[in-house]
Amino acid sequence: MCLSIPSQVVSIDEKNNTCIVDTMGTQREASLDIFKEKIEIGDYVLIHIGYVMNKISKEHAQESLELYQQMVEAIQREDEDA
Amino acid sequence: MKMLELKQLYQGFRDPKSILAWSEKIKQEAKDLKCKIRVMEVCGGHTHSIMKYGINQLIEEVFEFIHGPGCPVCIMPKNRINHAVLLAQEENVILATLGDMIRIPSSKGSLSDARSKGADVRFVYSPLDLLKIAKENPNKTVIYFAIGFETTTPMSAALLERVEREGIKNILFHINHVLVPPPMEAILQNQDVHIDAFIAPSHVSVIAGSKIYEPFVSKYRIPTVVAGFEPVDLLEGLWMIVQQVKHREARLENQYKRSVSFEGNLLAQEKIEHYFELRESFMWRGIGEIPYSALRLKEKFAQYDAERVYDLPYEVVKEPKGCICPQIISGVAKPLSCKLFGIVCKPTSPIGSCMVSSEGVCNAYFRYGNLL
Ligand code: SF4
Ligand code: SF4
Repeated sequence: MCLSIPSQVVSIDEKNNTCIVDTMGTQREASLDIFKEKIEIGDYVLIHIGYVMNKISKEHAQESLELYQQMVEAIQREDEDA
Repeated sequence: MKMLELKQLYQGFRDPKSILAWSEKIKQEAKDLKCKIRVMEVCGGHTHSIMKYGINQLIEEVFEFIHGPGCPVCIMPKNRINHAVLLAQEENVILATLGDMIRIPSSKGSLSDARSKGADVRFVYSPLDLLKIAKENPNKTVIYFAIGFETTTPMSAALLERVEREGIKNILFHINHVLVPPPMEAILQNQDVHIDAFIAPSHVSVIAGSKIYEPFVSKYRIPTVVAGFEPVDLLEGLWMIVQQVKHREARLENQYKRSVSFEGNLLAQEKIEHYFELRESFMWRGIGEIPYSALRLKEKFAQYDAERVYDLPYEVVKEPKGCICPQIISGVAKPLSCKLFGIVCKPTSPIGSCMVSSEGVCNAYFRYGNLL
């Protein structure tokens, strides 16, 4: 029930304090009522039951993905050596 | 830095090669450990990732998974469900709630039974939907049966804020918001449960911050890692636990740095503070009464509180015969020890809440049973 879904901000409606987000092709409205930071079009956010909960840091996500990639490569190298 | 695409966020953290690489790394790290690490995943979302991606099998020589109380649907005591049913049966009431709540049976039946007998019970995707329902039904009282951990509490507060600001007169709240650390503490005090480490849910900490676990980690000296729900996040979190166990440490760590900070979402916390206060005690299904483990509306918002507006009884309701949900939720038993599992009790005909909730433990065992 409460797993949050990563989505991308498509447009922002300041008057109603909402935004439209895209979740893998599905667009929907999400409230910004519990989100204080500045938000921009293109940001990745976590949506939970219709509310933006937080931003996803692209830097941290990218760093993790690169680390995983290195691990996979290291293991493949070991396999080749073996 | 390269531009990150949403697709990578999904797939990168579920990549089978990375899953294998992490499990190899964990096994390597754990080579010298003498016994399995008994880790409790507090939230059913983690249980599902573990079973769905076969993580329990990949690293079975390192970890034994103990399933925790982490589902607001599973732990909802029957007397609260009875409240929901009673409220739904009131005249001119529309009762709205989230998730699998409407299917959980209680001694007065389930909300879905009440609906088939004519009550107006609605399942909403977001508490915001209540605003629309209330405006479309000005002559009815719309009651929000609010459930969930720290993750969903600020949304109830934000809804109430809108209700106040827009002067809406026909929305009431029945608050069942619960907190994650108190049941973790209660479980540790149970002599029959032995736990070496905790994997704590990231979504709770996105709102409340990883700080909520700090007092508990220093008091009980138990490794606790806040981890995301994607399989690779979870594996990284488990690897952090192996590191701590190996070095005999007991720290609070945060794997899900891409969205969780120590402080959490302060605006959300302010809103919770404004509207809610701790209940002296709350009954948890399977665990019993736990002091200061849930929230209610403050007295000054009594006019919005369905528990004060309606006269609702406090009853103690027994569990269905043979169902061992209470033991499962408190980490003492696993679904396979339940005699009803898969025979009488299935997702299509659930007996207890652990099978009803799509994130419940019995449901996960049933769904991914071939991976056991
Ligand atoms: S509903 Fe699911 S995600 Fe939410 S707390 Fe329960 S098990 Fe975890
Ligand atoms: S299998 Fe069904 S009856 Fe048994 S513990 Fe799980 S929910 Fe209860």
